[in-house]
Amino acid sequence: MNEQTLFELLQQQGVSRRGFLKYCTALTSLMALPASMIPTVAHALESARRPSVIWLSFQECTGCAESLLRSHSPTIEGLIFDHISLDYQHTLQAAAGDAAEHAREQAIKDNYGKYLVVVDGSIPLADPGYSTIAGMSNLDMLNETLTGAAAVIAVGTCSAYGGLPQADPNPTGAVSVSSLVKDKPVINVPGCPPIPTVITGVLAHYLTFGSIPELDSLGRPKVFYGQSIHDRCYRRPFYDKGLFAETFDDEGAKKGWCLYRLGCKGPMTYNACATLKWNQQTSWPVESGHGCLGCSEPDFWDAGSFYNALSIPDGDYTRAAGYAVATGVVLGAAVGFTNQKTKATAAAQHTNVTVDDFSLNKKNK
Amino acid sequence: MELFSNANDFLLWTRGDAFNIAIGIFIVGSIIRVLEIFLLGRKHDFSEPRGTEWGPGLKNIISRSAVDSGTFKRAPFVVVVGYIWHICFFIVLLFFVPHIELIHATLGLKWPGIPSQFVDASTVIAMAALLAMLWHRLTHPVLKFLSTYEDYLVWLVTFLPLLTGYIAFHRMIDPYPMALGLHILSVELLLIVFPFTKLMHAITLFIARWYTGAMMGRKGIES
Repeated sequence: MNEQTLFELLQQQGVSRRGFLKYCTALTSLMALPASMIPTVAHALESARRPSVIWLSFQECTGCAESLLRSHSPTIEGLIFDHISLDYQHTLQAAAGDAAEHAREQAIKDNYGKYLVVVDGSIPLADPGYSTIAGMSNLDMLNETLTGAAAVIAVGTCSAYGGLPQADPNPTGAVSVSSLVKDKPVINVPGCPPIPTVITGVLAHYLTFGSIPELDSLGRPKVFYGQSIHDRCYRRPFYDKGLFAETFDDEGAKKGWCLYRLGCKGPMTYNACATLKWNQQTSWPVESGHGCLGCSEPDFWDAGSFYNALSIPDGDYTRAAGYAVATGVVLGAAVGFTNQKTKATAAAQHTNVTVDDFSLNKKNK
Repeated sequence: MELFSNANDFLLWTRGDAFNIAIGIFIVGSIIRVLEIFLLGRKHDFSEPRGTEWGPGLKNIISRSAVDSGTFKRAPFVVVVGYIWHICFFIVLLFFVPHIELIHATLGLKWPGIPSQFVDASTVIAMAALLAMLWHRLTHPVLKFLSTYEDYLVWLVTFLPLLTGYIAFHRMIDPYPMALGLHILSVELLLIVFPFTKLMHAITLFIARWYTGAMMGRKGIES
């Protein structure tokens, strides 16, 4: 099953060597590697045996898989995805029931210590019944599948950070993969959904170097999540000039001004949308006129309205201010009247000094 | 950081609970201080007024912002650096678009912003002015002798929002939500300290100037 190399498979699909090298060049630059690395990348991808991948789908919407599969076709990214040995993916595989589960067990056994596990969706801890596959809880399936894994790739914000299922009040007790897995390398590829090129880029990095890419503090590959949307946004010059769209259809919006005031979360969001774009580099959310939602960041569902500017307080501050005014008036009045009383007492006890008080004779009397 | 699971969590806290606490303490403290002043009252003036109170009082609020030549001769450094600091501080506070958004959301007032490069430059000048003030305080023997811990505390809580704001704007701390969270937290510290220190002058100056102007006006004297 894993005998053919990736390049042989790509050739069978009609991908020319020129097309393949072009892809390797793009990928090398994408991974922030020097141009001298292109032959290394090409060679590694050419000779790579298809790695076994087990894809586990837990509390998810299949949007991440859709992002990858339906992105645009045919592309080399898509073909690479086709030609990893995807041994288990319950949405895509033909087998069902026992046969499907058997495929997963077989892949673990055959590729022990070498296979990759891709997880999309969060894992419910409140009650395993919220999400089961073949009668097995998500947690049990994750633990069993991870025993011989080389690394785990958490695809999508739900598996990377808990995402939508974890949003307040988190009824299912949803958690991320990284909060459960401590003894294996975990690569977070967040996004709702992640950019397809980023998903395949991470796989390509693993194929090229046999190791996981450098990660940031939130477990994301720095090559794709190293810069904020804001810093790479083509609307950034308008931010710096102080030119902002006030509504979604005003003159500013039509002129492509900055969307900060309309709630764009670009300044706090680390992702590659601004550079890689979507749908064959056609466009991306900010280019289509809507602010960034911050979907590749933890807690993005709980970060207040998507349409509130980032600098706006998020809590019920009007109520807090109301209570504060009432408390202030009561305490202020109390302090004020205490002071008045002190003043009145002092005035009452005050005795006038007369010239007699200074008389020496008075003391002598 | 055990308290927060990640930087975003921290940012959300500073924008949520921490802001509510800070604004609460700021309002309670400020109202107590202002009521304390007004409820103390003044003795009734039985003399015949020679002029009006309101006009001269309001005029005095504005006119006392102008440089007084006597003060300038005595302390030119404090006057010049003081002006530079206040002007730059207000440019940063009132004309940076994210700040305008905050004011619009909380108070409903709105005005146009200015290009962020001007805000950035003003921040640097304001910080330099504050550092110069601190240096002056530490090197001037009389001023140093008169300084209490409160003076240094006030300096620190004023300086921190500028520093953290500069760091956040230039994204000098990674990840950005941590930088922005620290900036918001430093402003909340300023709000909490405000009513109980001489920072309160930002409110009481209006009362004091009005009272001086009104008193003079009533006596028919130009203030």
